Amino acid sequence: MKKPIILKLAGLTKRFGTVLAADAIDLTLYKGEVLALLGENGAGKTTLMNMLFGQYTPDSGHVEVCVNGAMQRLPAGQPQAAIDAGIGMVHQHFTLAENLTALDNIVLGSEPLFSFRRHLQKARRKIEPLMQGAGLIAPLNERVGTLSVGERQRVEILKALYRDARVLVLDEPTAVLTPQEADSLFASLRHMVDRGLSVIFISHKLHEVLAFSDRIAVLRHGRKVGEMQTADADRGKIAALMVGEEISPPPREHVTPGNQVFSLHNVTVRRDSTRDSLNDVSLCLRAGEIVGIAGVSGNGQSALAQVISGLTQPDSGSLAVAGQPLHRPTPKTMIKSHVGRIPEDRHHDGIISAMTVAENLIIERLDDDLVQHRGFLRHAAIDANAERLCRAYDVRGPGIHARAGLLSGGNIQKLILARVLEQHPQVILANQPTRGLDFGAAGEVGQRLLEARKRGAGVILISEDLDEILTLSDRIMVMHDGQLTETTSRDRAAIGLLMTGHGHSQTHDPAPETTPGVQI
Amino acid sequence: MISIEPRQQISRGMRIAIPIIAALMALMLAAIPLAFAGAPILSAYGQMFTGVFGSVFSFTEMLTRATPLIFTGLAAAFAFRARLWNIGAEGQLYLGAMAAVAVGSGAIGAPAFVMVPLVLLAGALAGGIGMLGPAVLKTRFGADEVVTSLLLNFIILIFVQMMLEGPLKDPMGLGWPQSEPIIDAATLPRLVSRMRIHAGLLVALVMALVLHVVLGKTVWGFRIRAVGENAAAARHAGIAVNKTLLGVAMVSGALAGLAGVSEVAGLKGYLTADLSPGFGYAGIVVAMLAGLSPLGVVLAALYVASVFVGADSMSRAMGVSSFLADLVVSLSLICVLIGGFFARYRLVWHRKENAA
Repeated sequence: MKKPIILKLAGLTKRFGTVLAADAIDLTLYKGEVLALLGENGAGKTTLMNMLFGQYTPDSGHVEVCVNGAMQRLPAGQPQAAIDAGIGMVHQHFTLAENLTALDNIVLGSEPLFSFRRHLQKARRKIEPLMQGAGLIAPLNERVGTLSVGERQRVEILKALYRDARVLVLDEPTAVLTPQEADSLFASLRHMVDRGLSVIFISHKLHEVLAFSDRIAVLRHGRKVGEMQTADADRGKIAALMVGEEISPPPREHVTPGNQVFSLHNVTVRRDSTRDSLNDVSLCLRAGEIVGIAGVSGNGQSALAQVISGLTQPDSGSLAVAGQPLHRPTPKTMIKSHVGRIPEDRHHDGIISAMTVAENLIIERLDDDLVQHRGFLRHAAIDANAERLCRAYDVRGPGIHARAGLLSGGNIQKLILARVLEQHPQVILANQPTRGLDFGAAGEVGQRLLEARKRGAGVILISEDLDEILTLSDRIMVMHDGQLTETTSRDRAAIGLLMTGHGHSQTHDPAPETTPGVQI
Repeated sequence: MISIEPRQQISRGMRIAIPIIAALMALMLAAIPLAFAGAPILSAYGQMFTGVFGSVFSFTEMLTRATPLIFTGLAAAFAFRARLWNIGAEGQLYLGAMAAVAVGSGAIGAPAFVMVPLVLLAGALAGGIGMLGPAVLKTRFGADEVVTSLLLNFIILIFVQMMLEGPLKDPMGLGWPQSEPIIDAATLPRLVSRMRIHAGLLVALVMALVLHVVLGKTVWGFRIRAVGENAAAARHAGIAVNKTLLGVAMVSGALAGLAGVSEVAGLKGYLTADLSPGFGYAGIVVAMLAGLSPLGVVLAALYVASVFVGADSMSRAMGVSSFLADLVVSLSLICVLIGGFFARYRLVWHRKENAA
């Protein structure tokens, strides 16, 4: 039995400058099915969905929606038209007002602008059956700022359903969820799909796409390169379609760990938000090993990275490099102690986009004799250094005198790697080093980290990507609510439980405690 | 349909062409009120031109007017490069002038080769300290330096008036609120005899050159640019952001202070509370016209001074208001800002595609 068509994208094309982000993409969505849109970062998934939702105006092509059994063309570039046609979008980064309640957020935008009374009771009467029916329970009266990430996502979905969405677009919905939260999200969605909702689900995680979708469309470099029933699909085939070539995980040689190169002892950082707090964290890193730190983002990884980078001084506890304790470290002392730092937000903390590639390559070593002579920059040496590093680390772009901001994300990361690894660090902090990179660039980053490990450096790898942690790490620790727990398990589900704050481990007991920590 | 697209790279030619086109556009736009005032436009602009380039005297007058603008323009441009918004050049100018008077009006007696550097140094130090306050408030407490440095202007001006009525008042001044005159040894030498142009111009030009070298060729300049472009990344890379900002504040204030020294010890000879007709604020305009480049500041200051001196001459000859000068300068700034937009973006015309 053929299901009726509910949505049709015909030849959608969008160009940004010289980049063809979407190239004549056709896509059909049937009623009551889950279509997974799969592709690497930059394949054009989000661009396509933004055109569907009217946030981008396509250069050519159009969108048709089924209204009362007839296909109607959607006016381009009008989100309101898309909403009216029953298309609901849940963005990767939530678009909720944190100072309003969940209920306010849900009705926000669908209330008349000039009205003396608010019909919140009526809204509540409409939302509550939706919640029950879909199994999407969210505390309606709580302010969104106090909700967990999973609850916020449910609010976003409810917001779309409240506006009578018949097509729900989810942009990487599981990026911020633990495996358990993701499973419960999929169960709710499946329930709604069975009752006629159609879902477009954007992801680059193969396993969840295979588990949850009915049909798969694969995008690469802005083109649709494959479309298949999920039942007929297999991992290898899809991965090859996404990347365009066979990929193999980087080889991992055996390295015997050496002496302790870096340690944290009972480090506590107290801030208003969990994101920036650490609760009694201890960690020991030896030469020649990679310690992977898994966890849902926002559980204190930023604070940990800030402490190791020298940007935040712990309220209590101590840190030591190669056995030498560091007193009130700054970024500069960290660099001098041979701690290389690859920051999470490479645009914000990693490079100065208005300065040149050559300048960005020397920014951590301005006191070096290589770079300066009596306070004057040695331009010839700086350029030679840049030429050499760009070749060695394969940084591609418009040249060493071009603004670093013109480089692509992968090349910016290679630039940062070149700058960090060139100083032969004994300790490397890699915070989300492959986030937003395509497979090729991500593989290269992993390769470089493994090379550094072989050379005898200790690496602390913070990542949300469990696969990355599992392939690269010698030891795994899990971060939850500002606490760090070591685990010997390599099982996804067991690590997932630790990421939600459940489960126990052998080495460190995350007992619920309120000890304020001892001030040093 | 028209859409706006960012340009990949801004060409060197465009960087030079845009201010020139903007200046011409401003003159064209200013022709409209000029026509309303009833003046023949071409001869009015001709008068404006000869008012600047018509004689050695008028030309040196223009250079004399440009001198403080170069100093305050540099003060603004240098601070703005580090994203330190020094709006207090006006106050720092008066602090510099006051220091010059305090040191140079007879308190110390020494030959010129000691006195001239001494008043320059005293003025620079006073101006620098004037900006250090807002900068410390910013780095220590996060106070917005736009507000603090701006408000300090008024405090300093009132302080100057108080000093001119009190300790600094010239007993021979017939009761006028003015300081004792700068002694001859501390006066900046004239560059051309019988003209008002003085050595302050040379100091200003040297300063522009020094800042150009500092920003482009030194590690300190590198740090300043890094802090200005992305303070978070600079901090992450081990650059002491606050220390850099305090240094920039000191130099920026010092430059504004030198403007005060140059006016007092080079031109007026004594301090009054109307020493500056807003040179500190005009410096911001000069810096923006120059795209924050130190050498550009020299050209922009010459342009702004030409417009002022030329418009004065035009208003005397044609009987139109000399406020036209303010109008041309303001229009120039607007045109340069619009021009900057077109340097970064380009308009693309799309033909409406045929519906299938």
